[in-house]
Amino acid sequence: MKAGLSLEVKNLSTTFETPLGAVTAVDGVSFDVHPGEVLGLVGESGSGKSVTLRSLIGLIHPPGKVTGQVTWNGQDLLSVPPGRLRRVRGGEIAMIFQEPMTALNPVLTVGLQVEENLRAHTALDRGQRRARAIELFDLVGIPDAKRRLENYPHQFSGGMRQRVMIAIALASNPKLLLADEPTTALDVTIQDQILKLILSLRDELQMGVVLVTHDLGVVAGTCDRIAVMYAGRIVESGSVLEIFDGPRHAYTRGLLASVPQAGAERGPLLAIEGTPPALSALPTGCAFGPRCSFANDACRATRPELAEIGPGRQVACLHHETVAASKGQFA
Amino acid sequence: MHLLLYVLRRIIQLIPTLLFIALVVFLLVHLLPGDPASAMLGDRALTADVNRINHELGLDRPLPVQFLLFLRNLLHGDLGRSIQLHQSVVSLIEQRLPVTILLTVMSALVAVVLALPLAFVAALRRDREADVLIRGTFQIGLSMPVFYIGLLLLTFFGAYLRWFPVGGYGDTFASHLYHLFLPALTLALSLSAVLMRNLRQAILSVIGAEYVDFARAKGLPARLVLLRHVLRNALISTVTLFGLQIGTLLGGAVVTETVFAIPGAGRLMIESIYGRDYPVVQGTTLCLAVVVSLTFLLTDLIQVMLDPRLSR
Repeated sequence: MKAGLSLEVKNLSTTFETPLGAVTAVDGVSFDVHPGEVLGLVGESGSGKSVTLRSLIGLIHPPGKVTGQVTWNGQDLLSVPPGRLRRVRGGEIAMIFQEPMTALNPVLTVGLQVEENLRAHTALDRGQRRARAIELFDLVGIPDAKRRLENYPHQFSGGMRQRVMIAIALASNPKLLLADEPTTALDVTIQDQILKLILSLRDELQMGVVLVTHDLGVVAGTCDRIAVMYAGRIVESGSVLEIFDGPRHAYTRGLLASVPQAGAERGPLLAIEGTPPALSALPTGCAFGPRCSFANDACRATRPELAEIGPGRQVACLHHETVAASKGQFA
Repeated sequence: MHLLLYVLRRIIQLIPTLLFIALVVFLLVHLLPGDPASAMLGDRALTADVNRINHELGLDRPLPVQFLLFLRNLLHGDLGRSIQLHQSVVSLIEQRLPVTILLTVMSALVAVVLALPLAFVAALRRDREADVLIRGTFQIGLSMPVFYIGLLLLTFFGAYLRWFPVGGYGDTFASHLYHLFLPALTLALSLSAVLMRNLRQAILSVIGAEYVDFARAKGLPARLVLLRHVLRNALISTVTLFGLQIGTLLGGAVVTETVFAIPGAGRLMIESIYGRDYPVVQGTTLCLAVVVSLTFLLTDLIQVMLDPRLSR
């Protein structure tokens, strides 16, 4: 097995021109993903997680603009020629979309949709591609693979479609998998199977994974590291253990507190007060400020930068020490 | 397998449609003012002669009986004899209908050749110069009456430059194509205007679909993404519209063939209506209706082939 590759993202920003002015969906995001590592990208809807993933491999449509650096195999993916980018996409870096119901082309057989990936990235001939497609369907747990390849997406259930999508993504043995809420649209039982599948493939292929999710239960079960996003920025990152054990950002703390605990004493469900700000009308200072119980005038005046507070541990909060010390006093 | 069953089902469904068309055609002819006997014999004909002719033609029998006879003959491939031209209607239609069909097919092909690439350019350059130019040009074409465009083309390419004949049909297949080129281009211009606008819109609605992004994320070449993933889905809605347009075109053959002096089934129909040539009017109307029905059947088949979700 070839050694894996690392992804280095530096200062990634994605801006959309709208009639009401520019909206920055992703704002100066930086992170690394190493071979065999699962990075969880966590945050509420609209925090820029999906846009971040799409920006990495050039799937942002005009009038969207992406700036920064995405270093992969010694090249900046944001500035490589289109032909090179095509070889990376689907070949070295694969992506699984959130919605299995809309991400497969309804008028093509799933077999063709698997094979076209192999055709683009491997030298396999027709027969070999078919054999590989059958092998992939077996791998992701689609029974009766040979017959199912001839079927169209509408003949599959949601869970099966997600498996088809994973089979397509994995077709050419990618070294990095970008998974955009791969299990959100699925039943909980199927969710678990799919995540286990991704993890076993990670082990097998030494593949790095970026897992976008808003489900902290999923993060706890699968990820090595987390980056928490809020209003287009990373507000806290670190290992899963560190962050679950001692969140340093009030937003992370709120997220963790809002996860219902099985077996815990019965109490009201906790939620973070308020709603995320519109990206076109961000408050000055800390974007989370208006919803934060720790916020003071300093927070409203300056926007806290993401700062290193330990090895591999970063937080963007002026009061991260107070937040850490207030452990256990939720609400 | 599914497709075969579908075709079979559709063909069976066609039978009542065709029967109904036959009935309407039969009744319509009897609603026309005047009668063939008077037309043949002139204004001063004797009542006795008129009655004799009507008897010979079977026109003195009750309508239901006439209809059943009409149907029986139809099943034997007999559409009767032309009163004016003294030929069997079937042989007349055999001469004239291919002209109409060739003109329609040529128009359709030219329209597709024009509309397909331009729709792509317009959609991919949405709201930029190329898009505005293409849409503007087609808008002008769309707002001018077909016969006027036809006259302009005939005047310029036919009468002035003398590149193409201004009418007629020629003797060989190559000369048929040559004679039909200007009429086909005229019809194609108005066809392609609608087709282009519809296809452009369809492409735009498909191009933002998740599966198109997923196809890009697979690293497919742009050409493949556009042709296999975008075009095929965009065509599904456009094919229906195009089928309807072709149907209208066939139905409008009466006008077109008169303007361009083309000896097709439409001209035959007009001539026979003026001459109260009942059997020919019935035969041509029926044949055109069948061709239109078959066009719609073909449209549906293409649609089912494009969209597997429909064949269930």
